[in-house]
Amino acid sequence: MSESEKPVSLQSYFRLCGVVFLVVLCTTSAMIATSFAHIGDGWTLKVALILSIAVVNAFLVAGYLMHLLSEKKLVYTVLAFTVFFFIGLMGLTMWAMNDFPPGTAAH
Amino acid sequence: MEIPYTVQARPDTGLYNAKLGIWLFLASEVMLFGGLFSAYVLLRVGAEPGMWPHGWLNVTLGTINTLLLALSAITTLLAWAACKVRDFTKFKIFHACTILLALTFLGIKSYEYHDKLIHYEIKLNNGTFADGHLVEKSPDFDLAKKTGTVTLHGHIVTDEKELMDLRSPEAKSAKHEEVTVAATDIKSMGNYGPRHNTFTAIYFTLTGLHALHIFGGTLVIFYFWAFGGAMWKTDPERFTNRIEVSGLFWHFVDLVWIFLFPVLYLT
Repeated sequence: MSESEKPVSLQSYFRLCGVVFLVVLCTTSAMIATSFAHIGDGWTLKVALILSIAVVNAFLVAGYLMHLLSEKKLVYTVLAFTVFFFIGLMGLTMWAMNDFPPGTAAH
Repeated sequence: MEIPYTVQARPDTGLYNAKLGIWLFLASEVMLFGGLFSAYVLLRVGAEPGMWPHGWLNVTLGTINTLLLALSAITTLLAWAACKVRDFTKFKIFHACTILLALTFLGIKSYEYHDKLIHYEIKLNNGTFADGHLVEKSPDFDLAKKTGTVTLHGHIVTDEKELMDLRSPEAKSAKHEEVTVAATDIKSMGNYGPRHNTFTAIYFTLTGLHALHIFGGTLVIFYFWAFGGAMWKTDPERFTNRIEVSGLFWHFVDLVWIFLFPVLYLT
């Protein structure tokens, strides 16, 4: 049974939402603190750290608010295809980043 | 003829129609925003050293908007939970909160856009740059005819790179005051709109598309809030499913912002 089919108690959802909001508050603060902290020489490490925290934030929203932690198999299948194509989209973009056709100027 | 599986789950998929539909739609939305995010990566990595802006956006406003959207996602979930326990009054209260939070988000976003559109960078004939927010243009100001003056609240820099990192100690210590420039001294002039550079182009595109999603989602939620009573009386289970589906869309919009905020405001 998916989460949305289970019997619902408003009180338990209040508690869940309170916890989720607190964690979102903490992760957002952590992202801002990381952004302004002196970490490494450039932005690479900072960007990696900030995006990692954002992933935690996203997991909370998707897992608990969207009930993805207890969904039907078909939803996971749809999302598995989406993740595959999304990785392909980003991966091919980065793969092609320095692949300049012969005769064209590279900056 | 009655449409099947609007309330009950299909035996083969385990989902009612609208829920499968919204997940397929969200999958396509991931690819839409994914394309733009990959464009962002391409533009950022391809920028010349020192020419990718940092600190151009107001982190405080971005943070407020992040929390507003998180709260609205929570009120959306609570509105659905209220429907599940058959409490229509609480549903109305929670969804009213969602609408108010969404409108506040859009109001703040509009303020940010306005701030960028009145922010000008003027390249002067002597090679320096005047940068700041527009105070006034003289009535006879005409850049093409080279008449009149324009006044900015900002400062003058010798190198455009000085305008890129607003978190640098130099940028923080820069003294901002009113600068009046004659049209005859101006080589080129433009605001920080989408045409300014690749950062503002992708910023306006990503946040504009996201704001459109917020606007569309708000309209749908408002429709259910204002006119949902009729279906609630006749078919509350189906109405609850509609609230779940619109909620899933709303959570997706929140998810997109969770990545937009750090990517644009913090890095």
